Amino acid sequence: MQLTSSSIGRKILMAITGQSMVLFAVVHLLGNSSIFGWLNGGINAYAHHLHAMPAPVIIGFRLVMLVMVCVHIWFGIQLTVENRGGRPQQYAVKATQKATFASENMIWTGSLLGLFLVYHLLHFTFQVLNPETAAIKNIVPLHELMVPNVLGMVVAGFKNFFVSFIYAGAMVTLFLHLSHGIQSFFQTMGWSCDKSQPLLVKFGTLVALGLFLGYVTIPLTIFAGILKG
Amino acid sequence: MSDHHKTMTLTLIVWRQKGPKDPGKFETYTAKGITEHHSFLEMLDCVNEDLIYAGKEPIVFDHDCREGICGMCSQVINGAAHGGQDRTTVCQLHMRKFKDGDTIYIEPWRARAFPIIKDLIVDRSALDTIVQAGAYVSCHTGGVADGNAILIPKPIADESMDAAECVGCGACVAGCPNGAAMLFTGAKVSQYAVLPQGKAEAAERVKNLVDAMSSCGFGNCTNHYECQVACPKGIDVKFIARMNREFLKAQFA
Repeated sequence: MQLTSSSIGRKILMAITGQSMVLFAVVHLLGNSSIFGWLNGGINAYAHHLHAMPAPVIIGFRLVMLVMVCVHIWFGIQLTVENRGGRPQQYAVKATQKATFASENMIWTGSLLGLFLVYHLLHFTFQVLNPETAAIKNIVPLHELMVPNVLGMVVAGFKNFFVSFIYAGAMVTLFLHLSHGIQSFFQTMGWSCDKSQPLLVKFGTLVALGLFLGYVTIPLTIFAGILKG
Repeated sequence: MSDHHKTMTLTLIVWRQKGPKDPGKFETYTAKGITEHHSFLEMLDCVNEDLIYAGKEPIVFDHDCREGICGMCSQVINGAAHGGQDRTTVCQLHMRKFKDGDTIYIEPWRARAFPIIKDLIVDRSALDTIVQAGAYVSCHTGGVADGNAILIPKPIADESMDAAECVGCGACVAGCPNGAAMLFTGAKVSQYAVLPQGKAEAAERVKNLVDAMSSCGFGNCTNHYECQVACPKGIDVKFIARMNREFLKAQFA
């Protein structure tokens, strides 16, 4: 199967899995932004709505995302190791012109994001890091329902400087990773030409910047005391 | 004395390697009496004459036409393939780009797929292996047809010609941090894929070329686009995108 063994095939898998995660990040941000109150009932209502979906849908979605992450990590490491061997001896003078800090450090920004992902899941999804503020243990009223207090958990988390700092740092890392990753997706899929390529680089950076600003606003406004529980 | 006759003295730090097995090391030389009109290779000729007079081994480097056409010259100068001047091979790089007292690092193409033969000469036959894997048309296209027998719009012909400009010097591989040959292979795939004569075997061609690329020891593309800057013919990375597209299409062909 040339898709999983060849140079371009594996890159295409990297691109598709990466871009799926970008799409998830966009939807995730839109959902999370309910914390700012545009949705009646805020993020608690949003979380309740998500968990009210049938179990097979939730489990199926999580499995798909897990496969995406695993494929992306597996081929990412494999290709990076191969590429390091492509030029066994470096030049005495480094004079790269188009390569960027982001493009040269995808493996490292990716690794940091992988670690952050584990932390983030333990923190807000499985809620095992701070059991006393865990949403599932603090049930609050929402309209006629009793729902987990997600808002309280998020606010309690981001009131802590180190927690906010980790999240903000992770979002800088995400920006770097995606500022190369998004435009790279179009090139790898062959969906770019000489005219569109510079525009796609700008588009990718813009989406990455949008995600960074959107996500980083949540811990910042909470830590600054603007957004209260 | 007018500026015209001023000469430069340069410090050269050159990679010397006796043979493929030798670990190799940098040696420092002084280039004296160099004028701004010397080409980079002529400057090396001057240094080599001094070395020969002194009974030492001259610096071995590749060169052929010295007219900026063939791409045989292959040196990484201060970290840039062909010296970093836009669309220029080393032989057309002139010493007016340097100034008196400069220190210049000269290295061979560095890539796993290009083993060093001696000093600045590398074995680029891996690129030939890629071509042999199918960068040609083997179906019968008949004799020389009338110019208007197969209609090819000018933009398509131009696209093919832009890709066919590649001289196979390997600067794209030398410039690529991964030692990948994607720009070279992308150009070969594209120059045929856009033409009616090449379309017939397009799917087989791209599959075989991509496999040959990996088996020759080239790395994979990570879209740094260093290859495009290094290319003395200005081959665009859009041909890599086209190869990716052709590859994806070939999986369903």
